[in-house]
Amino acid sequence: MKVLVPVKRVVDYNVKVRVKSDGTGVDIANVKMSMNPFDEIAVEEAVRLKEKGVVTEVIAVSCGVTQCQETLRTAMAIGADRAILVETPADLDLQPLAVAKLLKALVDKEQPGLVILGKQAIDDDCNQTGQMLAALADLPQATFASKVEIADGKAKVTREIDGGLETISLSIPAVITTDLRLNEPRYVTLPNIMKAKKKPMETLKPADLGVDVTPRIKTLKVSEPPKRGAGVKVADVATLVAKLKNEAKVI
Amino acid sequence: MAALVIAEHDHGTLKGATLNTVTAAAACGGDVHVLIAGHNAAGAAQAAAQIAGVTKVLHADGASLAEQLAENVAAQVLAIASNYAHLLFPATAHGKNVAPRVAAKLDVAQLSDVTKVVSADTFERPIYAGNAIATVQSADATKVLTVRTTGFDAAAASGGSAAIESIAAVADSGKSAFVGSEIAKSDRPELTAAKIIVSGGRAMGSSDKFNEVLTPLADKLGAALGASRAAVDAGYAPNDWQVGQTGKIVAPTLYIACGISGAIQHLAGMKDSKVIVAINKDPEAPIFSVADYGLEADLFTAVPELVNAL
Repeated sequence: MKVLVPVKRVVDYNVKVRVKSDGTGVDIANVKMSMNPFDEIAVEEAVRLKEKGVVTEVIAVSCGVTQCQETLRTAMAIGADRAILVETPADLDLQPLAVAKLLKALVDKEQPGLVILGKQAIDDDCNQTGQMLAALADLPQATFASKVEIADGKAKVTREIDGGLETISLSIPAVITTDLRLNEPRYVTLPNIMKAKKKPMETLKPADLGVDVTPRIKTLKVSEPPKRGAGVKVADVATLVAKLKNEAKVI
Repeated sequence: MAALVIAEHDHGTLKGATLNTVTAAAACGGDVHVLIAGHNAAGAAQAAAQIAGVTKVLHADGASLAEQLAENVAAQVLAIASNYAHLLFPATAHGKNVAPRVAAKLDVAQLSDVTKVVSADTFERPIYAGNAIATVQSADATKVLTVRTTGFDAAAASGGSAAIESIAAVADSGKSAFVGSEIAKSDRPELTAAKIIVSGGRAMGSSDKFNEVLTPLADKLGAALGASRAAVDAGYAPNDWQVGQTGKIVAPTLYIACGISGAIQHLAGMKDSKVIVAINKDPEAPIFSVADYGLEADLFTAVPELVNAL
């Protein structure tokens, strides 16, 4: 069976973003971009399933600007077999519902047995796309996966829930979103980066898939979160306890 | 039109997050209704009817809803969604699982982790791990939201007297099945609802040290225990203790961070706490930039000293 792995190009997780002074967004010009960390875990899981012989082909997909090609090359260096870029204009605010519709069109076209996505992107922090794709394609979903086993036409998935873990069984085809503890993504090696350059990449437009990607949500303003007042350093435990009791009055 | 809160419950009782979501629903304008989709969930429905400000409780009871599978719960919400202008879910693991499924079926965009209701169609939500706040406006007919519970006060759990109306439960989708669960047992207050949280990071060194050093402090303060991702990944603490962008978002009165450097992803989960105390031996640790009180000391001596001083 085929696996489709959507990946997103986002601001690197170590970068502390700054809000633009005109309040229109965050400044991402000249900022380091990388593959969304949860998506790396998704690619790794797909490649591991291929190495186990459960999966025959891993297809990486990204929706966005031309530079998403780099993200797809990274996915192929980890082990994806080919890539599809759904290219959209740089000034378009591409939102989860639109991405889910693009992915639904690709699911119809490629007929994968599994779609493995990250649980959320670290830029918009939405945590929606996988669930929306599952709804649109009418597939079962297992979100926040920390363990995936494929057997007898079913996917047995352990999920991280509030308070612990839950295991569910899904009929295949299915949609899975990855949590942090699913696996440790491998480092890409130089020979694999070179090989990835030769792997096929197809470029499509939303119109080719018949999808309207018009944003539904308008961002009116982006602002800095309220700043915390400057704190103080205390000299010892006794002072700390005194401050907590008398000044902050929290204990 | 009214707003519908999709309650989180364990069939017998309501989860606390539902109360915060009711407050957010009231801010959207109109009546507030609560959906209890469950199995043998009369207890939860009774509890929902007592919440101040709730005018109607819809109770769907069926075996298909026993395990709260996303496919079935989403179908249950969709069965009545057309009556509502707003559908609100708590932004918990359960709410996040179901809400986008409902939104996509309605062909509407969803607003995640809403921290403020500005008006019936305009909301605030954090992006980039809480480093920016976006004010967003939805053009869709139905607004589907998940509500960050720490952004809203809990509605009073008593004083209401809503009517309970039974509705038909949906059939099982047949596409997914519950296999089992492992719920961590804890006598401590629930992390997301605790007034005081004592949290440990990688510097704890081991699971034994984590318990040995932090448990007495948590016991003394009646606090919940939390952890950074580093501590969880190293196996010092269970993963449902993780505080941060990818774990729980908390806003207690007092947050005590022990041996936590204060990475962006951790701060995203706790920087709305009222008072933050950092105990760290590295004077350059970023946690000191958000801490109200910083103590530059070895936690293995400072924490036991703190326990004695309390």
